[in-house]
Amino acid sequence: MKARVGLGLFLAGGLLVALFLAFVLSPEASSKPDGLNKVAIDKGFSGTAKAHTLEDTPTAGYEVRGVHDGRLSRGLAGLIGVTVTLALTGGLFAVVRRSGRARAGAPPSGGT
Amino acid sequence: MHIPDGFIDAPTSAAAGAVAVGGVAICLKKAADQLDEKRVALAGLTAAFIFAVQMLNFPVASGTSGHLLGGVLAAVLVGPYIGALCVTVVLSVQCLLFADGGLSALGLNVVNMALVTAFGGYVIFLLLRKLLPRTVGGVVASSGIASALGVVLASLVFTIEYAIGGTGGASIATVGGAMVGVHVLIGIGEGVITGLTVSAVLASRPDLVHGARDLYERAPGGSPALVGDAA
Repeated sequence: MKARVGLGLFLAGGLLVALFLAFVLSPEASSKPDGLNKVAIDKGFSGTAKAHTLEDTPTAGYEVRGVHDGRLSRGLAGLIGVTVTLALTGGLFAVVRRSGRARAGAPPSGGT
Repeated sequence: MHIPDGFIDAPTSAAAGAVAVGGVAICLKKAADQLDEKRVALAGLTAAFIFAVQMLNFPVASGTSGHLLGGVLAAVLVGPYIGALCVTVVLSVQCLLFADGGLSALGLNVVNMALVTAFGGYVIFLLLRKLLPRTVGGVVASSGIASALGVVLASLVFTIEYAIGGTGGASIATVGGAMVGVHVLIGIGEGVITGLTVSAVLASRPDLVHGARDLYERAPGGSPALVGDAA
């Protein structure tokens, strides 16, 4: 039960799985209303939902504007989402980690 | 379970926003002490994976779908503080880039889908870990069951929010009953996905699973040894 694969391989494999799910599988996802929206419809308060403030962004609704093939449009939105999420989280945590090390008085990693 | 603008009134949404900001601030402080290079990378992957799987709405009963929330999955993999932050990033990207989940409801959504699941669900996970055998199977079962209950917990918290500031005048009891009913079913999907994912990570990099680190004790020789696993 020791580590069976190197960290780099593990991360690359995990990312490939995420990209596959987002690009290939997400166009197959159910488009039925989710649990909350179904309850809102059934119990009569779905009409109180307002249009999203950012509904005009180029990727609103998991569709890339200008890509007319629905499946490709959603798949591309998935790729964009996975990439942006990875970049934001990686960036955020790299900054947070540096602040933690600075507070602890450790030298910043990679500094010369 | 992404709440759009309008379901919950502005004061309640603002109050939830304040709770979310407070919760995220605490998480950031804790994360600063816990993050090492490995965890930064794993947390990034965890968030990216949760984003992808959240797109995979699966059908549940009668014209309804559900998708992973991922708070318990994240908490088991990277701990509840970093895990809650991972889900918060996912929810923010969904709201800002994909118009999924209202902008004024972002605080509500962070409370329900990041904080309630990553902390409430993780407490359930820890309780189950004490009850179930101290094995890999015990960790997987605890993750699956806790994540399912975490979804139900989140649906209950939505019901409380609706009771405080809900619009449209539906009765609280019927909304609560319907929310819990459908989210028990969605929770089963959440449990299966969470169990499978934790199991896959345990099979390849068990040392990376925060919720299973008690299965390892550093032997005097320095190599990590598994304890208490019958396998």
